[in-house]
Amino acid sequence: MTPPALAEVRPLRPAGPLVIAIENVTKLYQMGDETIHALRGVSLEIRRNEYLAVMGPSGSGKSTMMNMLGCLDTPTSGRYEFNGNDVAAMTDDELADIRNREIGFVFQTFNLLPRSDALRNVELPLIYGGVPPHERHERARKALEDVGLGERIHHRPNELSGGQRQRVAIARALVNRPSIILADEPTGNLDSKTGIEILALFEDLYERGNTIIVVTHEESVARHARRIIRLHDGLIASDGPVT
Amino acid sequence: MKRIIYEVTESIRMAFAQIRANKLRSALTALGVVIGILAVTLMGTAIRGVDIGFNASLAMLGSDVLHVEKWPWITGDDWWKYVNRPIIKPDEAAKLSRIIEATPNSELDFAVFVHGRGGVSVKAGTLSINGVVVFGSTGEYGRILTADFTEGRMYTETESDAAQQVCVLGSDVAQALFPGRSSIGQTIVVKGQPFRVIGVLAKQGSFLGLFSFDDQMLMPLGAYRKYFGIRNGNPEIQVKVKDKTRIAEARDELTGDMRRVRGQVPGEPDNFTINTQDAFKDKLDPIKQGIALAGLFVTGLALFVGAIGIMNITFVSVRERTKEIGTRKALGARRLTIRLQFLIEAVSICMVGGVIGLTLTFLTCLGVKTAFPAFPLEFSASLIVISMLVSVATGVLSGYLPAASASKLDPVVALRYE
Repeated sequence: MTPPALAEVRPLRPAGPLVIAIENVTKLYQMGDETIHALRGVSLEIRRNEYLAVMGPSGSGKSTMMNMLGCLDTPTSGRYEFNGNDVAAMTDDELADIRNREIGFVFQTFNLLPRSDALRNVELPLIYGGVPPHERHERARKALEDVGLGERIHHRPNELSGGQRQRVAIARALVNRPSIILADEPTGNLDSKTGIEILALFEDLYERGNTIIVVTHEESVARHARRIIRLHDGLIASDGPVT
Repeated sequence: MKRIIYEVTESIRMAFAQIRANKLRSALTALGVVIGILAVTLMGTAIRGVDIGFNASLAMLGSDVLHVEKWPWITGDDWWKYVNRPIIKPDEAAKLSRIIEATPNSELDFAVFVHGRGGVSVKAGTLSINGVVVFGSTGEYGRILTADFTEGRMYTETESDAAQQVCVLGSDVAQALFPGRSSIGQTIVVKGQPFRVIGVLAKQGSFLGLFSFDDQMLMPLGAYRKYFGIRNGNPEIQVKVKDKTRIAEARDELTGDMRRVRGQVPGEPDNFTINTQDAFKDKLDPIKQGIALAGLFVTGLALFVGAIGIMNITFVSVRERTKEIGTRKALGARRLTIRLQFLIEAVSICMVGGVIGLTLTFLTCLGVKTAFPAFPLEFSASLIVISMLVSVATGVLSGYLPAASASKLDPVVALRYE
C-alpha cells in the first residue's frame, strides 16, 4: 500500500497529559504444561493526542499488548495506570466501565451487531454508559455524520460495504468520546483503496485531537502513525517517532 | 438505575429481534413451553372446576343442617361398627323436636324425619320417567330445602299429617312429565297411586356428578310410609341449626339430645352418626388436594421438558454469539448486562409460549363449556397471572445457567472466537 499524498504533510500535534503508564508489565499464559511469556517486562507511556502504532510479527506479544492496553486483560505483574487509575487491581465490572468510558475499539472484523442498523450499533456503548435515549440518538447520529455516514444511519451491516462497516465501527468507537481509540488491524479486511480511506479518517480524527493506537503487522499502515513501537519476543525492541 | 432500565429495554428489543431472526427455532422451542403451560393450566382449570362444583354441591346439602344417620357419609372398612346400629325412626325425630323446644337457648331449630328411595318410576299420561328419588317427609322439610320453588309451594303440615296424596317435583321430573307446560294441579302416578302436583323446585344441578337433586320428588311422610315403607333403607333426621357459625356447639347439643332420645347410658358409644357438610369437606379435601398435586406434578413434567428445551437453545445461542458477547464486553457491557440479556431472551420465549399456551387453554375451556356444559373446567383471571408468573419463572430457571456462562466469558477469548 502506498501512503496517501496527504500523509506526506504529517503534522505532529503537541502531545497532552499522560493517559497510559505501563511499567515493567509481564503476562504469562498457561498452555497445558507450558508457560508462555507473552510479555516479559514492558514499560511504556502514552500521552493524549498521540498517534501510535504497535507492530510486531505474530508471537511477539502484540495481541497481548493490545488486550492489555484495551483493559480486556490485566497484567500478571507490573503496573498499569489508565488516567491515574490502577487497572491491575480492577474487577471485571470496573474494567468494563473503563472500556466503556475511556476506550473506543475498532476491530479487524468490524464486530457490528448484524441485526441492528448503523444507528443502533453506534448507540450501544451509550446504552452501557447510561445515556438517556434522546441524547443517545443525537450523539450516535452525530458520530455517524462525522465519519461520513449521515445518509446511511438506518442501514444494517449487510447493506453496507466493508469500508462503510468499518466507518460505523469507528463511529461506535468515537461516540463515547473516549481517551483512546484502539484499532486492531483496522484495514486487515479491506481492499487497499478502502484501507487508505480508513487511514485518512484516522488521520482526520488525530488532527481533531483524538488519541489513536493502531495495532498492525503492516509497515505501510504503521507508517501513518507518528510513533511506532516494535515488539519482539514479548519485549519492546524499539520505540520511536516515524522517520 | 437508569442504566439498568436502558440495558433491559435494549435486551428486550434484542431478544425479539433474535426470535424474529430464528423463527423456526424459536417456534419449536416455544412449542415445548406452549405444551407445558397448556397442560398445567388445563389441569389448573380442571382442579378449579372440580373445586367449584364440589362447593356448589355441598351448598345443596345446606350448611346449616345436621344429618342424624345410622351411617357416616364416608366409611372405610369399618362398616361392621355401624351395621348393627338401630335404624332411625320417625318418632325419634318427634322426640328430638320436643327436647329442642324444651331446651332454653337451644342451638337447634327443629328436627325432621326424611326417608328416601331411588329408582322409582313416575308416570303422567303417556309420559314416564325412571330413576326418580322419592323422599317422604313432613311439611317442615320445606324449611330445610336449599332449592327455591319455581312454581307452587311445599305441602303443609296439615296435608302431611293427613297423608294426602300431593307431591313436589324436582325440575327434571317436572320437565320430563309436563314438557313446556305447568305441572301444578296435574296428576302423576307413583306405585299405581295418583298424586297431585302442588310445587316444582328450581334446578340445582348434580351433586359431585353422582346424582341429581333435580330427579327428586317429595311427598308427605304418611303417604310415603303407606306405599314405600320406612323400615328399610337409610332414613335420617335432618336438624336445622339456628346459627351456622356455631355448628360445633349445635352438634354437641344434638349428640346429647339424641342419646337421651335413645336412652343411651354414659360410656356407651353413640349408636348414630351426625353428618355435616363440613365433615364431608374435611374428609374429601385431602383427597382432592392429593389429586391436584399429583396432576400438577405430572403436567409440570411437560413444562419441565419445555424448560430444558429453552435451556438448550439458550446455550446454543450463547455459543453462536460468543463473538458478539466479546464485542459487547469490549464496549462496556458488565457481567450483569450480559446475564440479563440472555435471561431476557429465555424469558421472552417462555412468555411467548406461555401466552400461546394460555390462549389455547382459554379456547379449549370455551369449547368444552359449549360442548359439555357439565364438564368442570373453570378459567379464571388468577390463572392468567399464575401461568404468566410460571412462564417467567421457567424462563429465569432455564436461562440462568446459560446466561451465567455467557456473563463469565473472558472478553479476550470471546473476541477471538470464530
